[in-house]
Amino acid sequence: MHELSVTESILEISLRHAREANAQRILGLHIVIGQLASIVDDSVQFYWDLIAKDTLAEGAQLNFERIPAQLECLDCSTRYGLDGREMACPNCQGTKVRIATGKEFYVSSIEVE
Amino acid sequence: MRKVPVVEKILSSNDGLAMENRLRLEDSRVFSLNFMASPGAGKTSLIERTISGLLPHFRLAVIDGDIASTLDADRAAAAGAKSIQVNTGGECHLDAIMLKSALDQLDLDEIDILIVENVGNLVCPVNFALGTQQSVLIASIPEGDDKPYKYPGMYQGVNALVINKIDLLPYVPFRMHYFRQGVEILNPGLVTFQLSCRTGEGLDEWLEWVKNQVQKN
Repeated sequence: MHELSVTESILEISLRHAREANAQRILGLHIVIGQLASIVDDSVQFYWDLIAKDTLAEGAQLNFERIPAQLECLDCSTRYGLDGREMACPNCQGTKVRIATGKEFYVSSIEVE
Repeated sequence: MRKVPVVEKILSSNDGLAMENRLRLEDSRVFSLNFMASPGAGKTSLIERTISGLLPHFRLAVIDGDIASTLDADRAAAAGAKSIQVNTGGECHLDAIMLKSALDQLDLDEIDILIVENVGNLVCPVNFALGTQQSVLIASIPEGDDKPYKYPGMYQGVNALVINKIDLLPYVPFRMHYFRQGVEILNPGLVTFQLSCRTGEGLDEWLEWVKNQVQKN
């Protein structure tokens, strides 16, 4: 599916930052993926093992940090998880909400030598 | 061993291309829409109805994204629009680079309205910006009333919602209040249309909205 093109972007980002840091090798990456970003870790890992070969990133460890989806009530600021059944605020039953977390999808850092 | 902070969005290259697409469409004063929905909700039917409702006063083009066949692009062409098929090669959504290639095949100065029909999928398309001015989700009655709760990213990420197949309301257990409450929580004030492409009920309001959007350009 689209994990290949996404993994290619991750590789491009990490190689570019490694070059800018004058690194010889990328040892690891920290990737933040929100629950709503619809990306599967295992698929990224699968493609990574294929496309990182013969690059500075070959053998680099992928570390995934998953961020759960949280709604935030705009009336009382309570944050709560999305459980798929009830979306109104559990604290004040307010119905004005925003998605506070869960859409993240970025490379936060790389480990190099 | 040292840690190098990166903090770079992985889809930033897609977002950048989407912005280029958007500016290109705006420069040619083309009003563009990204139609997203489950397979079978009625994207192509709504496109057909929109084309026949707006021709000949407006010039329409359709870019259709599918993993196989030219069925939908053929329907749009038969209805009277300039039509381009993009076969995504197995990708489950269109992305900005595919839209860019499709735009290269159109003379944008000859178009007033561009409808991009995305791949039938309620999950991925909303995460991949194309650069259209607005995005529309087409929901349909037989899909059930719990979809906003199950696909919050999609419902939250669109500018307009069409609820199609309202002619089937007497035959399926769809709670309109429950459905619309989910939508209202995620996307307060979302422009919403209830219609039936098959019977024509409710289509006038949709066509008026499209015409108003074009005229605002």
